[in-house]
Parts: sequence; structure tokens; C-alpha cells
Amino acid sequence: MFKRLQPDAAGGAVTVFIDGKPFAARTTDSVAAALLAADADHCRTTPVSGAPRAPYCMMGVCFDCLVAIDGVGNRQACLIRVSEGMRVEIQRGKRTLGA
Amino acid sequence: MATMPDAGRDFDVAVIGGGLMGSAIAWGLARSGQRVAALDEGDIAYRASRGNFALIWVHSKGLGLAPYSAWTMRSANAWTEFAGMLESQTGIDVAFDRPGGFNLALSEREFEARRDLLQRIQDQRNMQRFEFEMIDRERVKQAIPQIGPEVVGASYSRFDGHCNALRLFRALNTGMQQLGTTYLSDHRVERIDYAAGAFRMTTRQGEVHAGKVVLAAGIDNVRLAPMVGLNIPVRPQRGQLIVTEKTAPFLHYPVQTVRQTDEGGVMIGDSQEEAGADATVGLDVTAVLASRAIRIFPQLAGLNIVRSWACLRVMTKDGFPIYDQSTTCPGAFNASCHSGVTLAAAHALFLAPQIAAGQLSADDFAPFSSRRFDVQALAA
Repeated sequence: MFKRLQPDAAGGAVTVFIDGKPFAARTTDSVAAALLAADADHCRTTPVSGAPRAPYCMMGVCFDCLVAIDGVGNRQACLIRVSEGMRVEIQRGKRTLGA
Repeated sequence: MATMPDAGRDFDVAVIGGGLMGSAIAWGLARSGQRVAALDEGDIAYRASRGNFALIWVHSKGLGLAPYSAWTMRSANAWTEFAGMLESQTGIDVAFDRPGGFNLALSEREFEARRDLLQRIQDQRNMQRFEFEMIDRERVKQAIPQIGPEVVGASYSRFDGHCNALRLFRALNTGMQQLGTTYLSDHRVERIDYAAGAFRMTTRQGEVHAGKVVLAAGIDNVRLAPMVGLNIPVRPQRGQLIVTEKTAPFLHYPVQTVRQTDEGGVMIGDSQEEAGADATVGLDVTAVLASRAIRIFPQLAGLNIVRSWACLRVMTKDGFPIYDQSTTCPGAFNASCHSGVTLAAAHALFLAPQIAAGQLSADDFAPFSSRRFDVQALAA
């Protein structure tokens, strides 16, 4: 769905795990950018109606990109930089007290 | 909003105040066949309703006035029918649930103080007694496994419950208008004149005429009451609240100062401050609320807070409601209370029909007259 504007640009790669599947992201990617680059068609479902949502504003305002990162739910994917080995989970409905 | 030509502004009854109190009464009056005008202020009104905690709470109320305990119980018992009526009329589910309520103690001293308070309520003369339980930590943990290590026990009563107060408000507002009530927003009442058995309410948007008037304007009842020969000594009391992000259901009982809403957010509240007319949020108080909530449920510490806010609630001198009818301006009534959610069913189903009939029964309402504050009148 999304293509990188500079597919050959320099910049190291890190491996993140999206719902357990490894993905080679760029070190400069936000988690939301990595999700879009990985063709994730949604990153969460809403807590009340269960509607699917994907990253939208990409600047911390809309809260539509909430995901669980390393076991903590409701993190804003667009405001968090990827890191090696990060575990990103699609968030289904409400977060739990633990995650 | 609904507006009508001045010539058409003649009603059986005008309810002043469009919060939970006024809305419950207006809906009840409309159900009783009255032509009702509901006069609301604008968005800048203090609106005690926005500080509600959505509890239908019985078990620790009424020390000092046994009829208040009975009135509270009567309303709580009517809530199932009330919520059902609202849903069948408007299609809005107000999420009433009555699993019983806990008040958790964080020390033996708190536990004993709680037991003493509840026993003194039950031991009052003329008390309609009901059962409550003091339960130990292990039994609390069976019902609520997430309690922290400091919780030593709880009081519990099966009569307590909660609801979704936002939907309650919407259901009442929708319901009253479906029943023909004219809802007038931004209609602050500047003055009330009584002449020849009728009331004239003056607002900046014109006059409203009605045969009866109900003051349900929260702390503004202080200003309005003398216009119809009543005296309503109420004061603002500040309350602060916190709500967290929505989280998967873990807390299936209201715990007096903490409750999880039907949609998943966790509300933390119940602060009480004497702050005059200052409705600003203070970090010192919200920090105390949050830290106590975390001692009760340690896992709350990992949740994000999405909002905190403050409100001015309505408080009388003794904490009990005031319901009165005017002797000098027959047809003028007032309702002032702190617990607009708990008592919503009673206001809609028991108070409103009596106002519609033009007379409060002494059996129900004599204990709640503001005459109880008037030493000279009581001595006479």
C-alpha cells in the first residue's frame, strides 16, 4: 500500500517483530512507519465497537496508531522509534492492566 | 435548540436547571402528562452533574437522618424499573448494574471506623434497617483478585450499584423531549415573578410562563429561592476526578472511590474540598486520589490517565437533600441534593408526580424541608 520514497537510501536496518513475524525496519522509522512499510492494514481494533484502525495523523494527535510494544498496551506507534528486537503486537480492543 | 414564539411559551410547569436533577424531574413531569419547559444554562454553567461518579450508593448514607437512608434505598430499589423505562422509551441503555458495592479499608483503623459508622447508621431510631457485611481480606480477594497488599478488608452491601451517567443524561434529555418537553438551552433565569397563581421567568431570550416552577439549578438555587419565598442554604463543594484509558474489564463491582465503567475506563474520585466557587483542578488533590487508588489496585499504576477534571457539587449544611414547596408562592418547589444519580429514580418516579399534582406529601418530604435549619421556626 505504501512505498518508501527513497528505497535505496542509506541507513541501517533493525529487526522488529510484528505479531511475532520479523520485519526489517530502518533505524529512523517510527513504529507506525514500520507498520505501514510492512503493509499492516490495521494496527488495532477499537475498544468499544471493534472497528479496525491504522496510523493516521503520524504526529501524536489522533491516537489511532495504538499498539502493544514489549508487553505494554496503548502505546502511540507514531511517537516511538523502532529498536532492535522490539515486539510490536496489533492491539485487539481494550488493553489489559498488564499489557 | 427548540425555541418557540413568546405567545406559545405557556407551560404547566417550568423546571429551572437542565442537569441530572432537573432532567430527571422534567422527564417525570412529562410522563405525568404535564406540559414542561426545561430551562437550562449555557456551557459555562457550574453543572454539578459533570462531577458525578455514577454510583447508585446506599450503604453508608443517612447517619443523622434515617429518612434519608430510606429515601436512598427506595430510589435504588426503583432503579431497575427506571432504567428499563428509559431504555424502552429511548433505546438508550444506561448500563445500570447492581452487583453490590465495596468500600475497601487500607488499615485496621479504617476498617473499624467503617464498621462503627455503618452500625451507627443502622442503630438510629426510625431506621429501616438493611443488612451490610464487614468482610475480611480473603473474602474481598475472592471477589476482587486485583486488590493490593495493604487492603485489610471491606464493607459490602448488595444494595449498591452504578450506571453510565453520560447515557443516563442523554436518555433523560432525549426522553423528556420525546414526551413533548420544550428544552431551552442558554436560558439562564434572571428573575421569577409570581402573580395570580402563575410564574413568569425572565431570561435574556424572552419570558416563559408556567403554572408551577421547580428550582433544580444546583448551587444557583440559593439565588433563585428568595424569588419564590423559599430559603435554600446550599454551598459549592469541589470534587476532583480522574479517568484512565479504557482497559479490559477487571473490576466488576463499584468500590466507592474507584469504579470501572461499562466501556472500560477506570474512574477515580470522591475528593471533597471547601473551595468556594473555584472549579479548577489541583494537582495536589489528584495526586492523593491517584496514589490511594494505586494502593488499592497496584496495577492501575501502569495505566495512562486520559482526563482529570474538577466540579462544584451541591452541599447542604447537614449533607441531606432539601425538598420544599413555597407557602407564599403556591406552585413553587425546589429540589437540592448531592446524589443526583442515586436519587434520579426517586426524583423521576416519586417526586415528579407529586409536583405534577401540586402538593408534596408530608409523609415523604417533611423530613427534608429547609425548616430543619431554622431554629426559631422549630422552637415555635
